[in-house]
Amino acid sequence: MKLLTHNMLSCHIKGVKNGYPFKIDPVKIEEMDADYDPDFLRHIYPRLEWPALREAAQVMGEPNLPEEVTESMLQNDEEFLRHFHHALLELILEEGALVCPETGRRFPVHKGVPNLLLHEDEV
Amino acid sequence: MTKGDRPEHTAPPEIFYNEDEARKYTTNSRMIAIQAQLTERALELLALPDNGKTKLLLDLGCGSGLSGAALTDQGHAWVGMDISEAMLDVALDREVEGDLCVGDLGQGLPFRTGTFDGAISISAVQWLCNADFKGADPRKRMRRFFDTLYSSLNRGARAVLQIYPENAVQAQSLTTAAMRAGFSGGLVVDFPHSTRAKKYFLVLMVGGMTAVPEPKGLSGEASDEEGAHVSVAGRTHGRKKQRTGGHSMISSRHPEAKGKAWIFKKKEQARRKGYASIPVDTKYTGRKRKAYF
Repeated sequence: MKLLTHNMLSCHIKGVKNGYPFKIDPVKIEEMDADYDPDFLRHIYPRLEWPALREAAQVMGEPNLPEEVTESMLQNDEEFLRHFHHALLELILEEGALVCPETGRRFPVHKGVPNLLLHEDEV
Repeated sequence: MTKGDRPEHTAPPEIFYNEDEARKYTTNSRMIAIQAQLTERALELLALPDNGKTKLLLDLGCGSGLSGAALTDQGHAWVGMDISEAMLDVALDREVEGDLCVGDLGQGLPFRTGTFDGAISISAVQWLCNADFKGADPRKRMRRFFDTLYSSLNRGARAVLQIYPENAVQAQSLTTAAMRAGFSGGLVVDFPHSTRAKKYFLVLMVGGMTAVPEPKGLSGEASDEEGAHVSVAGRTHGRKKQRTGGHSMISSRHPEAKGKAWIFKKKEQARRKGYASIPVDTKYTGRKRKAYF
């Protein structure tokens, strides 16, 4: 699972108010090369929750994301964009779990696929 | 499964799509061709703005990732969700580009508000119409699905859901469930005169062509807005009068019940809950029968 997907996921247990972002409990992290596309990064940036991505990237081993992102960084800062790209698309959570910040419920991630099925009493 | 049976009737999806069934999606060239064709058409209906930017799409019931492969071909990033782990294993073997997750559409989508540029689904949503386990309420599951789908899409985005409805009622109930969640749009039927080639696409828009209404009092020009408000108030006033007009029908034992207005109210409630076979409201509704003897 890429951090892009992690940034979009939110806990959907019934009644949970602050189910975002999932905490990552990594067991195995892989790195995979992805095509570098700065236009996509600029397009997707407004829709990301930056603090969540930054925190997740730190857990996954990419500590080089800045706290604040400015428009000029998105346009010209090649080094920043490379780090952004690496964190968003190239770090893969292969095995581990996603933990709901409110309930502490663990959603296992196996072979890079998170299992988000709910139990009957959580719907 | 014999030919012509509906897979929804044999078993729930996570059981029906086992390893054997999943393998068909990699070996059976006819199935692959149909899936690719349907995805292509769904993308056409999705009508993404063609500005060369990579879009983030959602693939509901992505299964073995055949539809996702078509999305990748078009240069989009996507996230797929499916309930069958066997199918997802096939997708992993095929090394699809998108991210996958195991999830049940009827439990709602686990995504943040306004994240996706569009959503497609190939032959999956009709599964929602079945009660697969004890206590399952298809109407509730549909509602949860469409509500969460609506919120996870970006404003102006579309969702194209290709479905195999069992009958007209099922197609109708899916459409009304979608409209109730706030979508605009409707059912597109390709090749409507052919039984075999007929394909249903539920094309749903968030916001659609109608612009989002502006908040009031932003620029200070409130005069004509107020005028519109008065006329609306007048309308509700008229309705109130009508209701009191039907007073003669109200019984003394249940002063609140059995009037014409009460019947209309109950029928409306049932419709809102999604019941399909509610008779239409006419001038005859709630009238007494003639006293034949």
